[in-house]
Amino acid sequence: MNLTTFIIVSVIKTVIALFVLLTAVAYSVWLERKVVGHIQNRWGPTRVGPFGLLQPLADGAKFLFKEDLIPPHVYKPLYIAAPMLAVMFALTSISVIPIGNVVTIGNIKTPLQITDVNIGLLIVLGITSLGVYGVALAGWSSNSKYSLLGGLRASAQMVSYEISLGLSLVGVLILAGSFSLRAIVDAQAGTFWGFIPRWNIFQGQIIAFFIYLTAAYAETNRVPFDLPEAETELVAGYHTEYSAMKFAMFFMAEYANMITVACLASLLFLGGWHGPLFGPPLLQAILPVFWFGLRVFMFLFIYIWVRGTLPRFRYDQLMAFGWKFLLPMAIANLVITALIVAIRS
Amino acid sequence: MPQNYVPIFIFIALIGILIPVTLLAAKLVRPDNPHKEKLLPYECGIDPVDRARGRYTVRFYIVAILFVVFDVETIFLFPWAVKFKALGVFGLVEMLVFLLILIVGYIWIWKKGALEWV
Repeated sequence: MNLTTFIIVSVIKTVIALFVLLTAVAYSVWLERKVVGHIQNRWGPTRVGPFGLLQPLADGAKFLFKEDLIPPHVYKPLYIAAPMLAVMFALTSISVIPIGNVVTIGNIKTPLQITDVNIGLLIVLGITSLGVYGVALAGWSSNSKYSLLGGLRASAQMVSYEISLGLSLVGVLILAGSFSLRAIVDAQAGTFWGFIPRWNIFQGQIIAFFIYLTAAYAETNRVPFDLPEAETELVAGYHTEYSAMKFAMFFMAEYANMITVACLASLLFLGGWHGPLFGPPLLQAILPVFWFGLRVFMFLFIYIWVRGTLPRFRYDQLMAFGWKFLLPMAIANLVITALIVAIRS
Repeated sequence: MPQNYVPIFIFIALIGILIPVTLLAAKLVRPDNPHKEKLLPYECGIDPVDRARGRYTVRFYIVAILFVVFDVETIFLFPWAVKFKALGVFGLVEMLVFLLILIVGYIWIWKKGALEWV
């Protein structure tokens, strides 16, 4: 494939991926409102369209037409840059996430992901950890006590849990021997004794899986670790002073981060797009994407379920849990995985 | 292949255009009626008291410092994990020694009370 074709294919894939991602973000908001509504014995959105399905569009229009209040004494360059940075880093990490096998359309052979780089996982981790800048800058520049406290809490929490998150992935890296997300998924193909799939979660990484999931909930500032935006004490945390489209950007960033976490969890621990394949060739090409989407949906649903079920931690409990429990567990998991792999080979 | 990194920049460029365009579009269509009371920083309805960027606890700084130490360690572990099978027993022992030194430091900061949040 020559360079021009490569660029054209990349641009097409980028536009499609961005469209799908933004739609997914909008509808995960709808899903959350609907599911939390039913958990709390309410209906959730019902008025706009059938089952409230057009609610995301109505929300978007409303965000667009709302007055944007900028309080005096904010540090304007950072105040405006913060939501843009947050949403940019949140969306960018999707660019290396694969969603299916390599497909051939006409005479062009292309993987179902924007680009397959051999340090994919490293890029995702790097970009998502930049997300803390959006939060910290928003909290500091807003000139509000709630925002400052929310921003500080969020930064401290995100950096604390990032360590456990990184360490929990080392076991997966040892098993796969590559940073490329595609290679990591390929390493999970096949089954044990013909029926247990060789997903990393069944290869002894189940503790790592739970450490990853817990740390990721804290990274994305979701219940039960949503202290940065604890409504009862900090109003909305770091985005208290934001309104209209700038607020929408923080919102989008949060949901895009959730989707990234769900994608990574499926790719690294649950075998990515592996699943039973059957039927005609076209169906066989689409099924992996379906299996992957199903896993991502499952993780998003668990996110919402947890939100509807669990109470919030206290801040000292949160820090103690991250530093005194998750971190030693992650290190122990990594040492044990290394020893087992070393003994086996 | 280096050309595989190009699409990431295409993606960033696309978002980099899309986000400011959205903000500008919103600026064109939204109402704009600022009022002194409306623009006050939110403080549950009362007038703001004191400066917003006040002093805050030193714990946050300690967490930041600890983060740097442990995150660098994580970065060291990543390439080791990827090349684990190639490095063999030597790599394993080497990394266990590294982790041992780190765990001694971890126990020390725990005993010092740096992990307590009171």
